Amino acid sequence: MMSSRFQLLFIVFFLTISGLSLAFYKVVYLDVPLIPHQKRSLFAITASIELQKNDNPIVVSMSLPQPQDGMQIVSSEVDSGDFGYTVSHENNIYRATWAKRELENNSKIFYKTILLADSFYKAPIEEVSVAANKLKEDQIGLWEESEQSAAKLLLDYVHSHSADDVTFVAQLITLFNSKQPMEAVNTLLQIKGETKISLISALMKHENIVFRKLRGIELIDGQKDRKLITMLKVKSDDKWYLYSLKDAQISKPDNFFVWHDGNSPLLITKGEAKAKLRFSVTETKVSATKIAKNMIKEANAEFLDFSLYTLPSLQQNAFKQILLVPIGALIVVIMRILIGIRTMGTFMPILFSLAFIQTTLISGILMFVVIIGIGLFVRGYLSRLRLLLVARISAVIIVVIAIMSIMSIVSYKLGLEDVLKITFFPMIILAWTIERMSILWEEEGSHEALIQGGGSLIIAVIAYFAMDNVMVRYITFNFPELLLVILALIILIGRYTGYRLSELIRFVPLGK
Amino acid sequence: MWFTSFFKLQQQGVVGMNYRNIELIGKYNVRSSYPLVDNKLITKKIAQEVGIAVTELYAKVESQSELKNLHDILLPYENFVIKPNHGSGGKGIIVITHRDGDHFIKASGDVLTLEDLRRHISNTLSGLYSLGGRYDIAIIEKLVVFDPMFKKYSYEGVPDIRIIVYRGYPVMAMMRCPTRSSDGKANLHQGAVGVGIDLKSGKATNAVVRDRPVLKHPDTGYDFSDLQIPHWEEILNIASLSYDMTGLGYLGADIVFDKNMGPLLLELNARPGLAIQIANDKGLKSRIKFVDEQKLTHTAKERVDFSMNNISLI
Repeated sequence: MMSSRFQLLFIVFFLTISGLSLAFYKVVYLDVPLIPHQKRSLFAITASIELQKNDNPIVVSMSLPQPQDGMQIVSSEVDSGDFGYTVSHENNIYRATWAKRELENNSKIFYKTILLADSFYKAPIEEVSVAANKLKEDQIGLWEESEQSAAKLLLDYVHSHSADDVTFVAQLITLFNSKQPMEAVNTLLQIKGETKISLISALMKHENIVFRKLRGIELIDGQKDRKLITMLKVKSDDKWYLYSLKDAQISKPDNFFVWHDGNSPLLITKGEAKAKLRFSVTETKVSATKIAKNMIKEANAEFLDFSLYTLPSLQQNAFKQILLVPIGALIVVIMRILIGIRTMGTFMPILFSLAFIQTTLISGILMFVVIIGIGLFVRGYLSRLRLLLVARISAVIIVVIAIMSIMSIVSYKLGLEDVLKITFFPMIILAWTIERMSILWEEEGSHEALIQGGGSLIIAVIAYFAMDNVMVRYITFNFPELLLVILALIILIGRYTGYRLSELIRFVPLGK
Repeated sequence: MWFTSFFKLQQQGVVGMNYRNIELIGKYNVRSSYPLVDNKLITKKIAQEVGIAVTELYAKVESQSELKNLHDILLPYENFVIKPNHGSGGKGIIVITHRDGDHFIKASGDVLTLEDLRRHISNTLSGLYSLGGRYDIAIIEKLVVFDPMFKKYSYEGVPDIRIIVYRGYPVMAMMRCPTRSSDGKANLHQGAVGVGIDLKSGKATNAVVRDRPVLKHPDTGYDFSDLQIPHWEEILNIASLSYDMTGLGYLGADIVFDKNMGPLLLELNARPGLAIQIANDKGLKSRIKFVDEQKLTHTAKERVDFSMNNISLI
């Protein structure tokens, strides 16, 4: 048989551990944020394809983005207009294809992807197969002779100024970016239909360097009508090195979202279609809770089927209030057992602090004092009528309601909207408070009545501050399992046999 | 200093409210025995069964309809006390010392009419003064005529003697003397004087008003050092016996001293307060620990001897 003390400690320990570990699980594995208003960024990237009217059948396909480390794809939407829309999956590359027999007007197709920037997110690894990386045959052989010799000159120069593939590519990019480019670079840039990136690709291909093109966009709010930025990934000794066309070798910028990874074209059009692809980015800040909530729904985490978020919103709101009550109860327990403040009615202060939350503190206290004051006055008169107790309290309830109505009407006329929330005061409790206070006044004198009345008010105010706190509201509702910890705390305090703080004053003559 | 430290109180063995509630009341007072002390009529009955003298019961009013006859009920008595049967802390007690024609005169000199008394009793019946606000009975008792020797130490009321009985052993005693500010009530938190009484001799050792030491009664001006309670052992005996009759391990016995009847058991309390420690300038804990070391098979008489001779020394 366990001693009751051991049992108690065991229960307290068990409750604390289970409460904390449930909360820990939610924070770490289900990503429920610990802090309210923790905002997360959602980026919406919209690709718009502008198509010119065309009498012939038209097919446009665009590769679609995949989730990547630190960037989670939350959802995507497509607005295809009256195009036929299909999605294909080949060589681990997803492509959306739009087709139409005849295009009478210029039209636009939109593809929107919503991303969540989450630095802990790990994307599933899907290696893009080599086939997807195949570039057209060595193009250099197709160029004019002068251009070929320029290319050779450039390659020789770069070759002698580098040590391996990594430094080779860096040198190549640097030369193309130089403010006063070499003659050979200028010659190449003048080739019709070639761009900096296509030239660099062709030269690398010629050197048998294994590389991939990355095309993506920087996640900066408000970008409109942008082309994707191209970066290069070069393989050397089984490692990939990243290059931007501006800065040569770099590490991946945090806010760079890769839309397309591979050397296959981003946009393919068939027929005589003329297409223009542009991107825009908008950022929205969303409360992290909301995101977590959606994730939970999607993940179908059975455990969270017990989350309060599964309730209808009306009940959710009710629980937001109800879950604050334990905090108030904890405050009462601390105030009475550890501090030793005397109150009228054990939990009466919680009811008033709940009312204060609705009315705001100052106006709440004022209303409280006014109602109690008038109520005491009326109760004093009622006692002269020599009523029986039940009748008297009922009478006081009606008087309280009358005071509340009059205060509401008068203050509404005066434009004091705050006072309208007076209805949140618990009338019955007010009536009892008036009754008890007036008896206390008669029996024990005004001193005791004011001490207990004031004590109740002080606890109500402290409970108000504890409960009407964004952090507390957030934690109680999102981590209701922490109730177990509060329960453990209350049980523990319930067995506290030491002195109350007030006794340090009371027993002064004994503490020599 | 206006406050003291945990450590000092611990050192002095002061019992705090939390300790009292958990370790004394929670541990030794069985809830089912509470009615024996909370219901004054039952207390009277079981006290008389074990031969303890109690204040004489004149009448009881159990329902509002009996109030019509209040005049007749009170007719035989020149003076009396009206109490709620389930009252606590001296609430709802009216002391009528004499009549003046149709009027009733309170100890304080206030004049009440029969109608006032009727209303007071009606309030009592509807539970205004009872524990938990439940319906109650009003009892009308004989007024205690206190011994003139206590006159010096009391203002307008009857001083009573509170004895804490722990597991049958009287462990601490005090006398509570009404003052002007306590409105003639023997209630310490209303300002009555608490006088610590030596368990062995029945002599005053120390006195406090509102938890702070005094030497003299604030109204009568008499020095408490001369105070000697008569029939001390008999008083302790009543206290000790009340353990046998209730079985409550932590008990407060309130005893008054009537000029003609001697010591009378006034009421018992299952949740006696802690101010008695201040009145005695002594913590209860060491005495409690001392009792815990004793075998609990002794008779009331033996326990009283033990209290007087051994516990009083601690």
